Amino acid sequence: MRKPAEFYQRDRQWHPPALTPDYKTSVSRSPRYSLISLQSSPSEITGPVFGHNDIDPLDKDLIYNYAKAGESAIGERIILHGRVLDENGKGIPNTLVEAWQANAGGRYRHKKDTYLAPIDPNFGGCGRTLTDETGYYYFRTVKPGAYPWRNWVNNWRPAHIHLSIFGTGFAQRLITQCYFEGDPLIAKCPIVKTIPDEKAREQLISRLDLNATIPLDTIAYKFDIVLRGRRSTLFENRLEGN
Amino acid sequence: MRQQLDYLKETPSQTAGPYVHIGLAPGAAGFDIYSHELGWDIAGPNAKGERIRIEGLVIDGTGSPVKDVLLEAWQPNSEGVFAHPEDGRTVEKGFRGWGRVITDFETGEWVFDTVKPGPSLGRNGKMCAPHISLWLVARGINIGLNTRLYFDDEDKANADDPVLSLIEWERRRPTLLAKRSEKDGKIIYRFDIRLQGEDETVFFDV
Ligand SMILES: [Fe+3]
Repeated sequence: MRKPAEFYQRDRQWHPPALTPDYKTSVSRSPRYSLISLQSSPSEITGPVFGHNDIDPLDKDLIYNYAKAGESAIGERIILHGRVLDENGKGIPNTLVEAWQANAGGRYRHKKDTYLAPIDPNFGGCGRTLTDETGYYYFRTVKPGAYPWRNWVNNWRPAHIHLSIFGTGFAQRLITQCYFEGDPLIAKCPIVKTIPDEKAREQLISRLDLNATIPLDTIAYKFDIVLRGRRSTLFENRLEGN
Repeated sequence: MRQQLDYLKETPSQTAGPYVHIGLAPGAAGFDIYSHELGWDIAGPNAKGERIRIEGLVIDGTGSPVKDVLLEAWQPNSEGVFAHPEDGRTVEKGFRGWGRVITDFETGEWVFDTVKPGPSLGRNGKMCAPHISLWLVARGINIGLNTRLYFDDEDKANADDPVLSLIEWERRRPTLLAKRSEKDGKIIYRFDIRLQGEDETVFFDV
């Protein structure tokens, strides 16, 4: 086995802490002991590998991947695109990105969602894709609606798309949410505010990207995703005492 | 001004929320969209080694089962080989070593079938006791929790394991041991995960 290169330590002050009482559900679901810090071993440096056999090209098109023939999802047509990079700024090729979201009215296709906005018969609400050799990915979808949720009596989630990303090692595993530039609900959301640092919160806001927009067809938002970086092999060899 | 370090910052985590199933296990959310879902078969039909079932609950700070968790498992095969190019060795055809399960909406029970992993290489050439890496997300969990499942019938290997030994509080180490039993000729390992409380499971910053 080749010498594994370690991941950079996760900046736990950049991420939300486990216990965030204004997001009430976290109170009973947050560990109280501190995490035990592990240096990377092969169990963390390796992770699942996915290929084009695993998914269908249509999976990344949420406007059509659940629609009846000749029909499409209702809502503002958007492209969500960007690159999956590591902290060294290098694109991560061939990694799985999965997305899920509410429909244009703010309703999820889920048996537990009882919000009164209607289900769109042509919208499933999930998609997945592999990044290309430069780390680039895109989804076509509709812009999700804001929706109410039980936390305080009158909490509304800003429009958001949930994203799950793998990277190359299990220690890079990440789930996050992408918000949209200009939404006044972002600053009021207790889930957004679990992240203490304002700059970190801004990292979750996608930007309107007119250059990527398809004129007269689909508007675009750009959202780059950064996963943990790894040490170079040279440095890591020295650390291992070679 | 001094030069800048041009590192990027990792994208901050956000909770997977209550509807994680839509994205990662849509069949469980009640609809059929993909021709096949990922993560249902960890070991595949050709994997050598002992076939086992792992089951458990995720329990919150009030002692209640959490019914909207998604768990992912990552493990090597019975010879300690990871299905990953950096391992450099090969695994049985169809062995991925990665699985994804959700907890039952009514009971909170989760279960997955796999093969028991073999001892694998740790840091600095040290061997690790057989273990499965687990990652769990749910509503109310702001950043995915990493833990490891070890096997309670591996006393010797567990005693020498570099990660278990790192846990200073020896009485917390058993929170990572799955308990072996046999039911209808099937090998079952029970692994309950406690998010809080006296027997809080050990979670790692990996
Ligand atoms: Fe949501």
